[in-house]
Amino acid sequence: MKDNDIKRLLYTHLLCIFSIILSVFIPSLFLENFSILETHVTWLCICSGFVTAVNLVLYLVVKPNTSSKRSSLSHKVTRFLKCCIYFLMSCFSFHVIFVLYGAPLIELALETFLFAVILSTFTTVPCLCLLGPNLKAWLRVFSRNGVTSIWENSLQITTISSFVGAWLGALPIPLDWERPWQVWPISCTLGATFGYVAGLVISPLWIYWNRKQLTYKNN
Amino acid sequence: MPYTTYLVEKGASHSFVAEAKPPTVTMPRIKALMTGSLPGFVDVIRNLNSPALLEDSVIRQAKAAGKRIVFYGDETWVKLFPKHFVEYDGTTSFFVSDYTEVDNNVTRHLDKVLKRGDWDILILHYLGLDHIGHISGPNSPLIGQKLSEMDSVLMKIHTSLQSKERETPLPNLLVLCGDHGMSETGSHGASSTEEVNTPLILISSAFERKPGDIRHPKHVQQTDVAATLAIALGLPIPKDSVGSLLFPVVEGRPMREQLRFLHLNTVQLSKLLQENVPSYEKDPGFEQFKMSERLHGNWIRLYLEEKHSEVLFNLGSKVLRQYLDALKTLSLSLSAQVAQYDIYSMMVGTVVVLEVLTLLLLSVPQALRRKAELEVPLSSPGFSLLFYLVILVLSAVHVIVCTSAESSCYFCGLSWLAAGGVMVLASALLCVTVSVLTNVLVGGNTPRKNPVHPSSRWSELDLLILLGTAGHVLSLGASSFVEEEHQTWYFLVNTLCLALSQETYRNYFLGDDGEPPCGLRVEQGHDGATAAWQDGPGCDVLERDKGHGSPSTSEVLRGREKWMVLASPWLILACCRLLRSLNQTGVQWAHRPDLGHWLTSSDHKAELSVLAALSLLIVFVLVQRGCSPVSKAALALGLLGVYCYRAAIGSVRFPWRPDSKDISKGIIEARFVYVFVLGILFTGTKDLLKSQVIAADFKLKTVGLWEIYSGLVLLAALLFRPHNLPVLAFSLLIQTLMTKFIWKPLRHDAAEITVMHYWFGQAFFYFQGNSNNIATVDISAGFVGLDTYVEIPAVLLTAFGTYAGPVLWASHLVHFLSSETRSGSALSHACFCYALICSIPVSTYIVLVTSLRYHLFIWSVFSPKLLYEGMHLLITAAVCVFFTAMDQTRLTQS
Repeated sequence: MKDNDIKRLLYTHLLCIFSIILSVFIPSLFLENFSILETHVTWLCICSGFVTAVNLVLYLVVKPNTSSKRSSLSHKVTRFLKCCIYFLMSCFSFHVIFVLYGAPLIELALETFLFAVILSTFTTVPCLCLLGPNLKAWLRVFSRNGVTSIWENSLQITTISSFVGAWLGALPIPLDWERPWQVWPISCTLGATFGYVAGLVISPLWIYWNRKQLTYKNN
Repeated sequence: MPYTTYLVEKGASHSFVAEAKPPTVTMPRIKALMTGSLPGFVDVIRNLNSPALLEDSVIRQAKAAGKRIVFYGDETWVKLFPKHFVEYDGTTSFFVSDYTEVDNNVTRHLDKVLKRGDWDILILHYLGLDHIGHISGPNSPLIGQKLSEMDSVLMKIHTSLQSKERETPLPNLLVLCGDHGMSETGSHGASSTEEVNTPLILISSAFERKPGDIRHPKHVQQTDVAATLAIALGLPIPKDSVGSLLFPVVEGRPMREQLRFLHLNTVQLSKLLQENVPSYEKDPGFEQFKMSERLHGNWIRLYLEEKHSEVLFNLGSKVLRQYLDALKTLSLSLSAQVAQYDIYSMMVGTVVVLEVLTLLLLSVPQALRRKAELEVPLSSPGFSLLFYLVILVLSAVHVIVCTSAESSCYFCGLSWLAAGGVMVLASALLCVTVSVLTNVLVGGNTPRKNPVHPSSRWSELDLLILLGTAGHVLSLGASSFVEEEHQTWYFLVNTLCLALSQETYRNYFLGDDGEPPCGLRVEQGHDGATAAWQDGPGCDVLERDKGHGSPSTSEVLRGREKWMVLASPWLILACCRLLRSLNQTGVQWAHRPDLGHWLTSSDHKAELSVLAALSLLIVFVLVQRGCSPVSKAALALGLLGVYCYRAAIGSVRFPWRPDSKDISKGIIEARFVYVFVLGILFTGTKDLLKSQVIAADFKLKTVGLWEIYSGLVLLAALLFRPHNLPVLAFSLLIQTLMTKFIWKPLRHDAAEITVMHYWFGQAFFYFQGNSNNIATVDISAGFVGLDTYVEIPAVLLTAFGTYAGPVLWASHLVHFLSSETRSGSALSHACFCYALICSIPVSTYIVLVTSLRYHLFIWSVFSPKLLYEGMHLLITAAVCVFFTAMDQTRLTQS
């Protein structure tokens, strides 16, 4: 049962990685002069769109949480709207945090906001898919000992590694190498993306490695 | 400068842009101009107190040749060349706020001396322009006035020389040059383009110039002036000069003389090369020199045979080109070579520093225990043998190195007593380190239980502190990170705030589930690893979202105080963001517009006044709560005096006198404030002493410490420029917030609080507008309330003004820890941590700089940082002495 779950987790994660790779290559078929560094804003939009779509599809197909019993249409709609509001709120609060960290306030506001969007895509969207707009569940998952399934465990790992990636991505900005990717916010978005991918790769392996020690309350 | 422009564009002159090598401060630049050598960086410190110059220079050669030299201007010259001038009048350069007297003092001699004409060389060093730059920056309206004054001086000299030339056979040479430039902020010392480029104009009737001959100034080195002057005066070129002759100057002479001058210059350079480089024969410059010398010989032979021919001219110009190439290559390879390092002395210093650091690091587990005692095992008999052995080995090494080294060595130059003392210190430290190490290794089994237990309780905050310190230390190896060190600190402080906010949220949202708020978080095996992931802003960010989104979920959230606890990290972050945009420092983004520039521009005086008054009010409100009534009144009057002082010197204005023109030096106002500063400090010290006598009175000691702290705040308020007063206000605000809502409720231990204070202190050092660049030191702080330049107070005030941020945070730390009575050993823990956290970056940096000494940016980036670190270390040592004194009073009390 457990090995089966881990296998499913691995496949979904591979699909997520695949969507990021696709977001790099597919647009160059349709758009001229597309490259990650030069048309960074476009890539950010496309990448966050792809990742969101894949996450939604996977959530509908795999359904790791089978607990939602009420299925009236109005309930679903309000739930979806709530998710959208949460997503937007997380985007805005990330934007505020970036400005507090020293991002320019007025110039490059679009870039900063898109960075916030893509970071929310890597962190808030999976949380919303898995846990729904239920802050108590979020608090539970991100406190210690609160994880109740391997899905939540992998969610914890990918989220944290995306944040760490974004944080580390800010380090090369002051260096005087004058590379195109040192421009704000490219190094941070790339860092977040690499962090997310690393989290996706690491979490199934780590769970597999520690599968003997992992005991969940509900399983 | 209409006359000078006329001379440059039309007159008989040659103009150049002379590039000064950093450090661009006066004394090394005068040395470079006169000796042609590249002075080292230590000269920056000696800039204030210049000893006589021993090296060969143009002045010395001229004196030896019996020329009479007259000098008026900057006193540095008189100190550098004592007894070289037949007549002189030095002006003290360090009273920066005066810019008319210093120049009048030079000009008043001019008429007399020009009429007399009993001199060969006249040197004038005008200071006013530099002073205006220091006071009010390069865009000041005073600059234009000063430049036209300088222009009239130049015209006076030039016309007088021209009228004299009819009587004497030889032409005169008028050299107009600057020792250094002026940066965007009006300061100098670093290596920006504005500071490095200086004008160099040579005016003489000997230079022929056809009308319509437009010349663009060429870029040359400042060191070239010495060689050119020596050749022009017919003197030997100074021995250590690395400059090459400015060829356009001699272009009008016959070919034979041109070649002769070039030959002299190359011979001098190649001699210098032979002295400094062992394998000089392989140097391309030297090969070119040999080749051109041979060609020169051929040319002279040809010249003696036949006087005028095409062949002669062609060969001559070929030799000329060859010489010029050789000069260029020689000069380049010499400039690279002359940077010699006194490796032996450097090694001795590094070894002592590293030994101290190892000792500190090894005693970490011992010192941070409950009892906090740092015992240094000195008397173990087994080590006395080792001690003597090490001393013997060291003295043997010393003798061998000092007798075999050809180059001068600082450590060998010390007296035997001092050198012996250093060696005894080094070997004693080594023995102590070894004995501590054996103690740790041998006794490691018994306290084994201890280190395991705390490590399982390491919170994210501790991890962040460790990683942050390690990351900062490693970042010092890259020149960009040294230039932009403020970014590192801002980043770390922001992350620290986020980590703190995560901790507050954990306490207030999860703590009520049954766990005690700061309880032991006992983890199972698998969670220990996830803790390692949570050092980023990551989890904090999420926690934050939840906190703001769900006030209803928390049952315990009642009362204003809890909201304040939750909001305070965000308030601190917002304060940091505001301060960050106040002063842009560093290199890459220094040109960005910032609030500070906006405020200091003369159009926004009203806003600046309001802001300064508001900040002083905030300072008063925040500081007065801990003071006794007497010092409360003194503080209020003192802060009022600060505003009056700023109004008197014209930076801010009173609402009832919107445009007062009378600008004074504000000496009375500043001294008025000094009286209150001293008064408050005195009351504080009195309270401390009293609390020591009356052992039971604990509260008195806290009040005394707070009074000392408030005295320092008042002094900082006086010394800070008005646009920096918000930095002070925000610093106090953050300290209050942290004390009330973070440190007290979360009950961090002394080590964590110390490191947080240190980080914030560093961040505020940069918020003030400082950087790792000499040019940003605000030396005007050293002249507040002083009539003339008095060395000791000026240096002390400048040092305090520069390091106000770290010092204020450290004194706040002392007050905070001694007011918290929960742990007796908190102060000694804090002292140890403070010393450790300051010494780790310094000692690593010393090792890094030693290994990077051939780096391209060693002089422009790494050395200034080393100076800053040295100064910081001195301040830290003073702080630690204060800590220990406070700790002693505690011990005597109990």
